[in-house]
Formats: sequence, structure tokens, C-alpha cells
Amino acid sequence: MGMFILRRAFSSVVVLFLCSVAVFAGVRALPGDPALVMAGENATPQLIAAIRHQFGLDQPLPVQYADYVSQAFHGNFGISTTDQIPVATILAQRIPVTLELAFLAIVIGVLIGVPAGVVSAVRRGKFADWVSNGFGLIGLSVPHFWLGLLAILVFAVRLHWLPASGFVGLAEDPVENLRRMIMPALVLGTGLSAVLMRQTRSALLGQLSEDYVRTARAKGLSQRAQIRHALRNSLTTVTTVLGLQLGALISGAVVTEQIFVIPGFGKLTVDAVLQRNYPVIEGVVIVTVFGYVVVNLLVDLAYAWLNPRLRVAGASR
Amino acid sequence: MSVVAAPMPVASVRRGVRLRRRFLRRPMAIVGLVLVVLFLALAIIGPFLTPDPLAQELTQTFASPSAHHLLGTDDLGRDELARLASGARVSLVAGVLSTALAMVVGVPIGLASGYFKGWLDPVVMRLNDTVLAFPFLIFAVGFAAIFGASLRNVVIALSIGLLPTIVRVSRGEALVLRELDFVGGAVADGARPAGIMFRYLLPNSFNALIVQATVGIPTGIIGEAVLSFLGLGVQPPGASWGLMLTSAQQFLSQAPQLAIYPGALIALATLGFNLLGDGLRDVLDPRERR
Repeated sequence: MGMFILRRAFSSVVVLFLCSVAVFAGVRALPGDPALVMAGENATPQLIAAIRHQFGLDQPLPVQYADYVSQAFHGNFGISTTDQIPVATILAQRIPVTLELAFLAIVIGVLIGVPAGVVSAVRRGKFADWVSNGFGLIGLSVPHFWLGLLAILVFAVRLHWLPASGFVGLAEDPVENLRRMIMPALVLGTGLSAVLMRQTRSALLGQLSEDYVRTARAKGLSQRAQIRHALRNSLTTVTTVLGLQLGALISGAVVTEQIFVIPGFGKLTVDAVLQRNYPVIEGVVIVTVFGYVVVNLLVDLAYAWLNPRLRVAGASR
Repeated sequence: MSVVAAPMPVASVRRGVRLRRRFLRRPMAIVGLVLVVLFLALAIIGPFLTPDPLAQELTQTFASPSAHHLLGTDDLGRDELARLASGARVSLVAGVLSTALAMVVGVPIGLASGYFKGWLDPVVMRLNDTVLAFPFLIFAVGFAAIFGASLRNVVIALSIGLLPTIVRVSRGEALVLRELDFVGGAVADGARPAGIMFRYLLPNSFNALIVQATVGIPTGIIGEAVLSFLGLGVQPPGASWGLMLTSAQQFLSQAPQLAIYPGALIALATLGFNLLGDGLRDVLDPRERR
């Protein structure tokens, strides 16, 4: 297990390194020289050179890269160009909002998706299976953002049950916060539940046809107990799928926040791009990459812990 | 195995008939095929039959359906049906081109990775997992920030997003095929690796790749809609289903139908490809069946 953790941690560092180089190179490749912009219209060559020197832009690229990494490690991502607030401060405000949204969506996705998948596998070919499969297909085909618009149309514009958009902090007013988060979380969770339902169904069907379940049936174990055994082994697959879906969940949050005007990480990203706010874009991408690498490492470790066979198999992979 | 082998054309005709029968026995696959054909018709023929999607009639904004405007007009008095047809064409281009581009790049990588194995395979698979699990939209948003928002860049970003799945599937095919006797025979005959990959591995992976195309195209359609919706794809006044939803969001209480048509078309087109793909998977690629 020790070797396994080491090897996975090492490959995470490699991914992080490659991504940070890509972001660094990408931002440097953007048109426009920041020193020229800062110096203003009547800049003398001496002033431009002085600004270059002050911000280290006259250093060779590897030195600039090392400086950029050490700044990032100290939590310094620069200053947002639109409102002059440090990027780190903005990120610290926005990330918890998206985490709350993602958490609610995962809860909804798991609560709908896993039971639907179990029912569908157990009642294979029956009416319940048909219904959950239909739900799964529709959940995969209907785009999030349209579902969001429809939800606003029905629940806010027509029925006036919920506010169409806007956000209240969890700490300010938890009830109002939930009232405003429930629609976005449902929209985001539905897509996830469709994926989880399909994966739970196929994993459970696979397990139910294994020898150990047949043995259990042969010795007269109740159907309930058979399913319990098989489900336990299916959940490994479901955990991995949930891990793989985190990327899709973040993508979904970008769109959902845009529709419901939630000041989270995703809205920050899109706004930063539309306003060409490069320090924020850099910060967003680096934080995403970092979060993604860490979460994937944790998922892999959880997976190896749930399924000991992998620790051995992983060595020869 | 008969002693006298049937001539190839006859066998493949019979195989075609058998596959078609198997396909036609699946009602949901037929529904999918019908939806896909309707989508293709709207995208290919639609723009020729409808008025100019950019022509504004500012006295005729939010008009109800009439003989003149079959689905009414939008907030700038443009013909809604014409814009939907023009948006269908954009969706089709985005879905097909991004999938094709991903295949052109991904299939050789996947086949080589699975055929050679060695040091190449773990490197390719590790990179592949990295791209696969990264939040695609954050990547696409960054891509648009660097290279600018346009349909061309949307297609490129989408094809990078689709790449890992294509690589994984073609690698899987190559891993199985390389162990088969006819490949061993070709090696013994002195065929070069490139020849083996394109003469033997590629044609035999065809079924799996067709199934992947039916997964890639709807992913591309949704991806284009999302990026255009966020303002990072097709720019106004161009017509894209995603962009139409952006402007419809401002007029939800006034003209809800403008938010319903484009979204319904995205959902139906995607559903069509998904159902067709499920059907083709059952018929062409039983190994992948779930």
C-alpha cells in the first residue's frame, strides 16, 4: 500500500507540473505585452524597461516560471484587473459557494441515482426498470442549462414558488440560502443521478450473475441478503464513477451558476474570461487543477482501500 | 466452417441483412434513427426552405406563429424557425467535425498504444486519464480565453475533450486484435507495424468506432450549445441553439416559447443519437454491451 500511495502521489505531482507549465505558457502566449499596458501611452523605452525589471519580465522564462510557482505556493495569485482585489481573496469567497452547490448536487444525485439503479437491476425488464431507464436516458440527453431554464420558467415565473435567481450566503440566512440553492442543486443533481443510475444498474447486474451470488441463492439466502452482498461489491464501481464525475460536476456548476446568477467559482471563471481578467483566469485554472489532482488521488486511494486486489494489479499495470 | 468458403460479397450482404433485421427489432433504436434523420433534414435542408435567419423586422418582435413566420419571431423580429434551422446546421457542424477531428488524431494514438504496448501504453493511458477527468468546461473556457471565442475554436476544444474516449476505445480494440492469428500471420509475412495498424486493426475496429461516433456527436452538440450559451462560442448575430437560449433567458416571462424550442431541439437531437448509439452498440458491438 505504501508503494501504491507513493507511485500515485508522484504521478499527481507530474500532472500538476505539466498543467502549471501549460497555464504559464498559455498566459504568456496571450497577445499584448503587460509592461506596455502598464506604462501607458507616453512610455519611454527606459520606463518600459524599468517596469519589465520590476515585475521580473526581463528574466529568462524558466526563472519567471519558478517565481510564479513560488508566489502561487504562498497563495499569491496577483490582483484582479477589474476590481483591484487580490485573486486569492476572491477565490476564498467564491469557492465555498460552489462547494455547497456541488455537495447538495452529489447528495441529490446519490439519493436518486443509486436506489433507482438498484430497483432497475433487481426488477430487470419489469416496469420499474423501464421507468428508470427512461429517466436515465432523458437525464443524459437533456442539457443542464435548458433544464435550469425550464425550472425557472415553471417554479419562478409561472408558480412563483421560488426566486428565479440571486444568492444569499449560508451564514447570513441558512433558510433563504437553501430556498435559493434548491433549484440549481436539483438541476445539477439530476444529470449526476442519471449517470449513477446507469452505472449502479450495470455494476449490480454484473455482480448478481457472479458465482458467489449463485452459491448464496443455492444455500437458500433470501433475495434481500443476496442483493446486499452484490451491492456491496458494486459500490466500488459506483465510487469510481462518482470520482470521475467530479470533473463533469464542476463543468455543470459553471453553467448552473451562470443561469441562476450564483456568485460561485464557475461564474467567476466565465466572467473573468469575458472581461479578459487574466490574473483571475490563471488563479482559477491553477486551483482547479490542484483540486482535481488532490481529489483524484483521494479517489484512487479510497478505491484501493475498498478493493485490495487493485493494489497488486496496479503494480503490473 | 464449410469446406467451400462463400465468396466475400455474398457473405457481407447476408451479414448486412442480418444486422439490419437485428436493428429493426429494437423499437427505441428506430425512434433514435428517426430523430437523427429529422435533425439532419432540419440542418441540411432547413436553411434552404426558411427565410434569412439574420433579417430583423423590428415592428414584428415576439410575433405569434403565422403563415409568414411558422414559429413566430424572436426579440429582434427574426424568424424563429429560420434561426432554429440555422442553429441545427451549427450543431451538426460542431458535432460531426469535433468527432471527426478527435478520431483522426485519437485512433492512430490508440491503435499504436494498444499494438506496441511497451513504454508507450502506460504513458498514453496516464495522459488520457488526465484529460478525461479534468473539468472540460474549465479547459474550454481557458481555451476560449487564449484563442478567442468562435465556432472553429469550439470545435477544436470539443475534439480535445472527446479525444480520451476515442483513444481508450481504439486502444482496447488493438489490444484484442493484436493477439489474433491473422495479425500474427501478417507479422510473419513481414508486414510493417504501420501497415498492420491500417490494413488490419483499423478496419476491424470499425464497428466500435461507429458506436463511438454516435456518442461523440451528441457530446459535441451539447458542448457547442453550452459554450455558445456562455458567450464563448458562436457570437451574435449568428444563430446557435445555445446562443438563442442566452437571449431567451431575458424574456422568460414574456416569450417562454423562445426558451423552449432550442432546448427541446438540443434534447431531441441528443436523445436521437443516444438511442441510435445504444441500438448500434447492441447490433454491431456485442462485446461492449452493458
